[in-house]
Amino acid sequence: MSLAARLRPAGGATIGRRRGTLSTARRQFGVAPVVFLFLPPALLLFTVFVVLPIGEAGWYSLFNWNGYGAPTEFVGLHNYELLWRTPVFFTALTNNLLIIAVSILVQIPLALCLATLVSNRIAGAVTFRLIFFLPYVLADVAAGLIWRFVYDGDYGLVAAAASLVGVQAPYLLAERGLAIYAILVVVVWKYFGFHMMLFVAGLQTIDPSYYEAAEIDGATRFQKFRSITLPLLAPTLRLSVFFSVIGSLQLFDLVMPMTGGGPSNSSQTMVTFLYSFGITRMRIGFGSAIGVVLFAICVLFAFGYKRTLMRHD
Amino acid sequence: MGQSRLRVSATSASRSFCGAALALLLGVASLLAGSQVVRAETTVKWLYIETNPAIIQYWKDIIGKFEQAHPGVKIETQFLENEAYKAKLPTLLQSSDPPHIFYSWAGGVLHAQVDSGVLKDITAEMGKADAGKSWGDSYNKAALKAFTYKGKIWGVPNNLSEIDFYYNKKLFQKAGVDATKIATWSDFLGAVKALKAAGITPIAVGGADKWPVHFYWVYLAIRQGGLQGFQDALAGKNGGFAGPNFVKAGEAFKQLADLSPFQPGYLAAKWPAFAGTFGDGRAAMVLAFSATTANLQRLNAADQKGIPLEDLGLLHFPTLEGGTGLPTDTMGGINGWLLGKNAPPEAVEFLRFLTNAENQRELAARNLQIPAAKGAPQAVTDPLLKIAAQSLAASTYHQNFYDQDLGPAVGRVVNDATTDLASGATTPLAAAQQIQDAWAQEH
Repeated sequence: MSLAARLRPAGGATIGRRRGTLSTARRQFGVAPVVFLFLPPALLLFTVFVVLPIGEAGWYSLFNWNGYGAPTEFVGLHNYELLWRTPVFFTALTNNLLIIAVSILVQIPLALCLATLVSNRIAGAVTFRLIFFLPYVLADVAAGLIWRFVYDGDYGLVAAAASLVGVQAPYLLAERGLAIYAILVVVVWKYFGFHMMLFVAGLQTIDPSYYEAAEIDGATRFQKFRSITLPLLAPTLRLSVFFSVIGSLQLFDLVMPMTGGGPSNSSQTMVTFLYSFGITRMRIGFGSAIGVVLFAICVLFAFGYKRTLMRHD
Repeated sequence: MGQSRLRVSATSASRSFCGAALALLLGVASLLAGSQVVRAETTVKWLYIETNPAIIQYWKDIIGKFEQAHPGVKIETQFLENEAYKAKLPTLLQSSDPPHIFYSWAGGVLHAQVDSGVLKDITAEMGKADAGKSWGDSYNKAALKAFTYKGKIWGVPNNLSEIDFYYNKKLFQKAGVDATKIATWSDFLGAVKALKAAGITPIAVGGADKWPVHFYWVYLAIRQGGLQGFQDALAGKNGGFAGPNFVKAGEAFKQLADLSPFQPGYLAAKWPAFAGTFGDGRAAMVLAFSATTANLQRLNAADQKGIPLEDLGLLHFPTLEGGTGLPTDTMGGINGWLLGKNAPPEAVEFLRFLTNAENQRELAARNLQIPAAKGAPQAVTDPLLKIAAQSLAASTYHQNFYDQDLGPAVGRVVNDATTDLASGATTPLAAAQQIQDAWAQEH
């Protein structure tokens, strides 16, 4: 029997007729029915859960509102003016920039390094991939609580380690200057696994023949990495940076259980600032203004980045 | 072979579709049937933040008695942690399923809730006479006043609390400090210095929650300006909260903070943590609640035993030299229960039962809280709680916590400003100005 005949299922007559029906329909009506059937639900979900809340936040930011009933006290751009005059806003912005910087300069290189190690077919590679990915699987709040315990100067791991060495345990989360750095460690620990998996996937798409050719030409490991791995991994790297920045701008769940915004608001991020100064103080208008500013920053970054660095991806 | 496989898969596909449809129908039918049963019973939803297991057990007993006396009524309880409760309540109250009974600290937050129309007005029920006395008459006047706003009564008082210093007698002895000799703020600062010299951490405080820190500043403001000072500030007189009284309070607090009296890492400590620090004997004093402290220091201590009651002492907040406040002025809470707008009449009945004279006396007799019902505080047997109850009964001015009294926005600013003052991040003048600015913004 020919290959084609073997591949054609025995009930070919029935299927063939069905397939014929579909393609005939497509020829007659075009893709319009499919579009009209599948687009509305997606559009509806997107509108209700994304576009409407963004619009509403913009609307609420023009009011002085405590969250009960409907907003009635119109104040125009007063909330934005107040935001500009609030020093904690700039602390939050700076902290977010710090998180972005650490994510790009520490987390991604670390993830890349580990990815190159575990993407080879060596014994235990898959186990290590799992181990490195585990922190990412953990819920942010759970991770925050665990690390709060770790950093505790009385009973935590830091205290135990300090007593082993014989020094006074530092209370990292109680220090105004150090709390944000303690959080940065947790951020790197939490998300490097995700980027590592992205890179592992990317590395596996690189044709091994490139490496073989480089071997033959006598390239060192570093030269192979710089000239083959990095350029071919560049799209994945750009994607990783994109995810990293957007994720860093939204950091909230890790910060709240650990410091709640930190000693004297030193570890506030944009979203914790929004929550603490907007929602818990029942000043929804002010919180919405912060939200709008954050949205503007995210949109600017997303479109700018896509336009410039990801133009060819 | 392929054809039969196809037919089998087609049949199994339609079979699984039928199965799914049947399951869905059954599910809907059982839901409808279930809802029929629920409709015959009234469920009262009660939301609380209490963590003391003794009080929860006491409430369970009361619920049992009430449900027995009122067949067809079920009390459903729900717990939320303190901070989570404060943050979630506005959303809950405006949802389609608000709680019927929920906890309140009265003050500005209550006023905001009344103004938003989410509460049930119980003035009529409170005024109804029963054997010559009305329901409202059975409560401590100050407590009922705290739940009265714009001439109407919105809540049922449950208990009062007083904030005092609780100290570890053994640690005080070790440092040679005599608590009975501490009457003024300078005496207190001297005691703190003596404790530090003896190598003991003088004070445990919760800088992460921040409200434990604001207690100090508020008490100093009470001692400095008294009731008149507070009322003037509310009216915006004399510089409001940035006026000389509050700056002086800040300066006095700074004097304490400059001695570094707090436990290491206090800025990251929450209420259970620093209660535990005190219970472990790692700090000599806490400025905390009348009924809760004795229990919570024990429950949160590393050995679960904490400081034995005979080693626990109570010290009233010292007076401030040059202040016009009276030594009998007190700070503390006036707590009670509010009713949601759609609460059923059974909820009102339950609150009446929960806070009736007999149950409130039992609350006092078990030394759980200082009840708000008239006459009930006399049933308190615990010596320290008795001191607090008597002090409250003789109070010339009982100030509710500022972070509740001034409303949610200004309250948080008070917490932030006073914690910054404690950690040296701001000055007394700047802290007072911050609070005044926040107050001016809301009014």
